[in-house]
Amino acid sequence: MEKIVFEQLNETLYHDTLENGLEVYILPKQGFNKTYATFTTKYGSIDNHFVPIGEEEALKVPDGIAHFLEHKMFEDEEGDVFQLFSKQGASANAFTSFTRTAYLFSSTSEIEKNLQTLLDFVQHPYFTEESVEKEKGIINQEITMYDDNSDWRVYFGVIENMYKNHPVKIDIAGTIESIDKITKDLLYTCYETFYHPKNMVLFVVGSLEPNQIIELVKKNQGKKTFKEMGDIQRIFDSEPDKVAKKKEVIRMSVQTPKCLVGFKEKNPNRQGNELLKHELAINILLDIMLGQSSNNYEQLYNEGLIDNTFSFDYSAELGFGFSIIGGDTTEPDRLVTSLEKLIQSFVNTPLDKKVFERAIKKKIGAYMRSLNSPEFIANQFTRYQFNEMNLFDVVEVLEELTVEELEQKMKEHFDPEMFTVCQVLPK
Amino acid sequence: MNNEVKETEVNGINLHVVETKKYKTNTIVLHIKSPLVREAVTKRALLPYILQNGTERFPTRKAIRSYLDELYGATLSVDVGKKGENQILSFRMDVSNENFLKDKTPLLEEAIKLLADIILHPTLESGVFKSQVVTNEKRNLKQQIQSIFDDKLRYANMRVTEEMCKDEPYGLSVWGYEDELDAITEGELFEQYNSMLTNDSFDLFVVGDVNNSDINRMVQNYFVFEGDRKPITNSVENKQKQEVSKENVVFEEQDIKQGKLHIGFRTNTTFNDDDYFAMQMFNGIFGGFSHSKLFINVREKASLAYYASSRYESHKGILMVMSGIEFSKYDQAVSIIKEQLGSMQNGDFTDEEIVQTKAVLKNQVLETIDVAKGHVELLYHNSIANKTRSVSDWLTGIDNVKKEDIVKVAEQIQLDTIYFLKGKEE
Repeated sequence: MEKIVFEQLNETLYHDTLENGLEVYILPKQGFNKTYATFTTKYGSIDNHFVPIGEEEALKVPDGIAHFLEHKMFEDEEGDVFQLFSKQGASANAFTSFTRTAYLFSSTSEIEKNLQTLLDFVQHPYFTEESVEKEKGIINQEITMYDDNSDWRVYFGVIENMYKNHPVKIDIAGTIESIDKITKDLLYTCYETFYHPKNMVLFVVGSLEPNQIIELVKKNQGKKTFKEMGDIQRIFDSEPDKVAKKKEVIRMSVQTPKCLVGFKEKNPNRQGNELLKHELAINILLDIMLGQSSNNYEQLYNEGLIDNTFSFDYSAELGFGFSIIGGDTTEPDRLVTSLEKLIQSFVNTPLDKKVFERAIKKKIGAYMRSLNSPEFIANQFTRYQFNEMNLFDVVEVLEELTVEELEQKMKEHFDPEMFTVCQVLPK
Repeated sequence: MNNEVKETEVNGINLHVVETKKYKTNTIVLHIKSPLVREAVTKRALLPYILQNGTERFPTRKAIRSYLDELYGATLSVDVGKKGENQILSFRMDVSNENFLKDKTPLLEEAIKLLADIILHPTLESGVFKSQVVTNEKRNLKQQIQSIFDDKLRYANMRVTEEMCKDEPYGLSVWGYEDELDAITEGELFEQYNSMLTNDSFDLFVVGDVNNSDINRMVQNYFVFEGDRKPITNSVENKQKQEVSKENVVFEEQDIKQGKLHIGFRTNTTFNDDDYFAMQMFNGIFGGFSHSKLFINVREKASLAYYASSRYESHKGILMVMSGIEFSKYDQAVSIIKEQLGSMQNGDFTDEEIVQTKAVLKNQVLETIDVAKGHVELLYHNSIANKTRSVSDWLTGIDNVKKEDIVKVAEQIQLDTIYFLKGKEE
């Protein structure tokens, strides 16, 4: 087991790659009661076209199947895994994103038992036609709940506007029609292909002893056999260098309109430190441009175009990326015009060195704060790892950023060709 | 396991300090409490938002935000909440521990000083709040109130409370009322602010790698009130047993796709009562978790919903059940939920369910105190109820609950109001 010390952060990380290919990371946290573990596969809603393990031909699967599979993993011959976790004093959960499916538990006692339960239930698929049909009723209600959620609709709306072909534009849960096509056999195919230990990461953080944990995991994994497996072949159609749609308006039962604008990433192929640097840079630019200490924010707020819901974020993975800006507003069209204008004027003005330095400081503080959270560490570390980056390199990379780099990146990223708008307006 | 809490009174503020080395940042929370009153609720909801718009030293919102950024991105957020029949104004800050930084500016002291300034030395114009600020914050609050309507789950939750507690302060919305906003003047707000300084209870929490005597000194130096504080001592709890004469059923229609079913119960058990832990156990077995009866029967067995759960408001003694269902499944869902209450009252739950729920509840408390803000909320329950329960009291309290105690609290629970938000008939 490899031991990596991050001195300034006062953290020590342990890492091992098991014989079956599983990557295991362990981070002891002093003073915490709880231990938190995530067992994550690099498989999300975008992986809907791939060559199944042991086959030659590519297969297209129904939208929402990764999320459906996540739901079904919690059931085995004995019944419901939630029951077992709660008997062991743990709370368990799972989530599916565009690129990952994560299973997790947190608990303050019986860590070893809970960890074994986590490994065992995720590595033991059990689907029947009957249980698959039953789950459809539950997921239909989950989909309907999101259909009524205006914040979710406007967020997905703006992503949908950006992409013509890329499956990131598909809702993670799919639609009532698409999940109706899911069968037990399709679930097994997805499971066999993507839940191989080589495609997964286990992260355990909290009050624990690293050697004990790694021994337990090795013993548990040593008892199981897995098929030989090469690299997974995922198929993505090529995506044009412009947004698919400039504007979309959704009518819903709301009183205050919602308005989000987005910029689609032009070069979504970065990985490793290049991606880390890029996403930190764009997030810092957004903060300088529109953060609460900026002139622009003050102006938009005083003009009554934004309220406390105003926010922005940049996120990127291999194959797609975007920044999204906005919130609730009584004047959605005026907000769009103002944002377009101020963003273009921002990218054509040199950055103020002092403001740049303050933004870096702020980001370092925010990063420190996030390290208080075992949940954040486990989930983000895994995401970083899947993108060949290291979560504990953030401060170093932030300190390397220069004004010149940011000025170049802002001209590239905030391109009017890549700009799109989605609004939710009252019915 | 548990970090020691040091509690003192400084300048009329209840100060709670938790010294711990487990975080990389230090957390400061100020809760300001006053009884919920119809005439004051809207004005008070505006106050924290107005106060974060400028101090004598940092006269604009932007100046405050720039200074926070300078302090390594210290965060400041304000909020309004309800605990029992009280309206709580909250100010939360989080600031890096300089030991983890190359720069050694005393960040915590600067943060406490800034918070004191925000509370005690707001920026003024002609002796009252600036009119531009008041205009902005009225608009912001108006949108905040409307956003409850826009989020159907929150809306249904507000409506069931409103219907159930029509004649009780608990039925008031802590965000206030949209139609009152226009008429509120800068002068009235300033009066409300002065009343807050004199009459409200202040609880200040500091959690992190800190030293209690340093914190006491800082609070002593910076939180200096003009004149005497006369905090109204704890609002009297509504102790009389509330009998429900008949089930109140309210239907409402909106243009939506999923029905929101919210059911309010009177438990007649509050935080102060000895059977509080039995009530927590009831809620855990009934609907608090994913092993609970509601989740198993409404979701897993009947496939009616994605979520079906219950939440216990311990200061008021109300239990709320919520579930998102198809409109046509209303009768089936209501009858399953009623059956679950019935089986709790008949003692139809196993020793295994008890053991399981105890384990999960104890785990939940221990996890809560791993998060600085969670620990603060746990401590604040004590302040609200004027009762001291340490974490270990909590753990033993849960452990000591017996099956008959749970049946006893279950028998006292009465369904008060069913609220159903459904789609418009075509």
